Amino acid sequence: MSSVRPGAPAPPPPPDGQPEIALSPGFVARMTGQMRAGGWIAPLLTVVVAFFMGGLVVAATGHNPLSTYKAIFDGSGLQWLFPWTSGPDRDTAAINLQQTLLTTGPLILLGLAVGYAFRAGLFNIGGQGQYIVGSIAAVWAGSSWAGMPGWIHVILAMVLATAAGATWAGISGALRAITGANEVITTIMLNWIAIWLGVYLFGLGGPLQNNAQPDVPISNDIVHSARLPVFWGDADLQGLHIGIFVALAAAVVYWVLLNRSTKGYEARAVGFNPEAARYSGIRVGRTYVLVMATCGALAGLAGSLDVLGWQFHIATNDIQGTQLAFLGIAVALLGRNTALGTCLAALMFGALVNGTSVRNLDPAVFEPELAQNLTTVIQGLVVLFVSADVLILLIYNKLRPRRRARGGGAAGPAGDTIEVVA
Amino acid sequence: MSPQNAGAAELALELRGITKRFGALTANDAVDLQLRRGEIHALLGENGAGKSTLMSVVYGMARPDEGEILIDGEPVTIDSPREAMDRGVGMVFQHFMLIPVMTVAENLVLGAEPRKHGLLDLAGARRRTRELSDRYGLKVDPDARVSDVSVGQQQRVEILRALDRGAKILVLDEPTAVLTAQETAELAEVLRALRDAGTSIVFITHKLHEVLDVADRVTVLRRGKTIGTVDTAGADDASLARMMVGRDVVLRVEKEPGKPGQPLLELDDVHATDDRGLPAVDGVSLHVRAGEIVAVAGIDGNGQSELIDLISGLRPCTGGHVRLGGKDITNCTPRAARDAGIGHIAEDRHRRGLVLDFNLSENLALMDYREGTRFGLLKPRRMLDAASRLLHEFDVRGGSPVTPARSLSGGNQQKVVIAREISGNPDALIAAQPTRGLDVGAIEFVHRRLLAERDAGRAILLFSLELDEVRALADRIVVIYDGRIVGELPPTASDEELGLLMTGSGAGRVASS
Repeated sequence: MSSVRPGAPAPPPPPDGQPEIALSPGFVARMTGQMRAGGWIAPLLTVVVAFFMGGLVVAATGHNPLSTYKAIFDGSGLQWLFPWTSGPDRDTAAINLQQTLLTTGPLILLGLAVGYAFRAGLFNIGGQGQYIVGSIAAVWAGSSWAGMPGWIHVILAMVLATAAGATWAGISGALRAITGANEVITTIMLNWIAIWLGVYLFGLGGPLQNNAQPDVPISNDIVHSARLPVFWGDADLQGLHIGIFVALAAAVVYWVLLNRSTKGYEARAVGFNPEAARYSGIRVGRTYVLVMATCGALAGLAGSLDVLGWQFHIATNDIQGTQLAFLGIAVALLGRNTALGTCLAALMFGALVNGTSVRNLDPAVFEPELAQNLTTVIQGLVVLFVSADVLILLIYNKLRPRRRARGGGAAGPAGDTIEVVA
Repeated sequence: MSPQNAGAAELALELRGITKRFGALTANDAVDLQLRRGEIHALLGENGAGKSTLMSVVYGMARPDEGEILIDGEPVTIDSPREAMDRGVGMVFQHFMLIPVMTVAENLVLGAEPRKHGLLDLAGARRRTRELSDRYGLKVDPDARVSDVSVGQQQRVEILRALDRGAKILVLDEPTAVLTAQETAELAEVLRALRDAGTSIVFITHKLHEVLDVADRVTVLRRGKTIGTVDTAGADDASLARMMVGRDVVLRVEKEPGKPGQPLLELDDVHATDDRGLPAVDGVSLHVRAGEIVAVAGIDGNGQSELIDLISGLRPCTGGHVRLGGKDITNCTPRAARDAGIGHIAEDRHRRGLVLDFNLSENLALMDYREGTRFGLLKPRRMLDAASRLLHEFDVRGGSPVTPARSLSGGNQQKVVIAREISGNPDALIAAQPTRGLDVGAIEFVHRRLLAERDAGRAILLFSLELDEVRALADRIVVIYDGRIVGELPPTASDEELGLLMTGSGAGRVASS
């Protein structure tokens, strides 16, 4: 068996379906538009309602939702943050939290990769493909040039992975800019191309297949000097590597890029109103290419973190089983495309993934096999509720007099109530 | 003007002390309104005066914080549009609530479909449409698709639908905003006929002449308060404008004759196609001199939009040359056109002129956000300072530099666009429908400013569908018809002279002023 995501469920069957996100015509526009207020009430309510509904699912299977959530929380290692956790509990929690944060790092990057596109009015559903080409570039670079000094080697591998992701997504951006091809379609198609490219490269007889094990569809190992240093926990037991800081740094860069840079300003202008952007002299097509390339760079970097941090090689069934990037969409939606929100949402989903894993969840409370599906259920509910945030706000506004302005002509000067709250 | 208790029975609708707040903003402040049975009552006010809010209260879309609504003398509460309909209140919105792919008859019965054996009775729907159409003299074709009929026709469908639901009180929100002059005249006829048949009508508008033309009485709102109700019989433009704006308004600004200098903007036999690839601008030649306003008059859709786009680099020029100050700027990018000195007050401020979700400082920086930047980082401080200065200079009200553009009234939004374009210090300024949808106070401001910019030596090319505006501002008028300049007239030209040229029946009198 090849590498398995730390504490994560066994790879699900090959992805035969893309994530189920309703692509109503106004979806991306709404995602672009609703982010301006940066409100925290709606995402918080979304989480509460999603967990509540997830609890109903747990109850329907005949288990106690509260003790199940408690066990998931324990499995995530988050109780390490409480000072009263001590003794052996604290050691276990530390290991679990390391696992959670190992997932959180790439999830932050994948969430940003979706969020930046949303801000420019694009839907990057191709995080998966960009992540895969990033991992391929990283594993190739990291397993070659054995004699290179470690730091240079690591950075080179990460830069190559970033460039590969940027190129991959840039293709979709260029297609959108030049031919008007919808990036939703092209990024999905490039996902499949990336998957089969990886299967070919690392499959039996493939050009990058392991030299020493001709019978295993797996890549060469990353040389030791090119691995990301572990700073917390045991390096041999998938301790926490410094990639989490790379991800946090990327979130800071993302904030500056989006809010303080001319390129981010152009991206937001294009996202809100491409026609006004064009009229102002902003080159809309070029902005599409740049935005997509930036997103791809983030997703590619995420791939390199996993490869250089704990996987150290790629097997063909890893590539086919990668679902992390789709979780990135939920992260971006829940995090409202903001830097801080994305980090928090990534932590929540990282905790959920690890808290429900076979390794971390107490089977006496809830069978991990079922619990893994709970992650998917909650992921789905989050996407559903964020997309249908009107529902959430309805709950919030329930006792208030609601004013649904029908058509612009009827709207008062205060605008739409729902948007004000969001 | 004072409420007469004896007359309560003859009031179809009465509002007493309606107050509606949105957060810190009081949109309606103790507003009173008395609608008599069988009258056309105009609700007049500037953009943002609270007219639409008041009517959304009547139609059950907003619940008033204080005040009473009386229908036929009885106090009622209206919590939803459906309740409003049940009480005989019908509403026609500025943006129609029609489904374009369905027929007129299907749209008309939508929400109250006739059934036969549990199935939709289309024949019944058609019959009902025809009956209504005959009874009220509103001609519509029941079988036409809504997307195929004119805007005026669509509005009739809306009116008929309200009548079909039993509306005794009909509220029309800025019904003429989307209509041509001809359609507006037809609508006035329709409303008079409905009034004579006993329907009570509230007519929301900010256009003075419509009030005088159509309404029997008028209630004026200003900043959410009732200023007064008067009979239109004794009122005139000036008195209504004073009530509406709160001061004397110059309805037609005085202008000195221009002192034109060298030609700055020159078009030489330019051509362009429309979005479908058909010729739209077909060999236009004209020039605008420094310190001169040249107005392009014409009926909408005769190539004006394409000509604007062509000059500002938003549409390819398929033939001919555009020169600015002697420099060829044909087919340059929008940014290069701006850098060369073209300013452009966009025709549609929502679609083009503004990013509504950006705040005012971001909107005002749309052309110069790169100024003074280093390492590709914005200068938010500079943007905010510049915005404060411009908002003050152009008297933009209702917002600070960090207010979203969306929350400003139309007039103030337009001032933001104008402030930005003028602050770019362009040699030539294209002003496309610069006062569309603005009230008289804002129009006066825009007109004064454009004349001031003319006197400062800019070359201004004005596109307008309003002949009054064209005459008020222009030093020369050129008429565009079917993508060609068919004549040039002085600003003293009469409606008839202009009209003949605009409809293509003029004798191509090309003369210089």
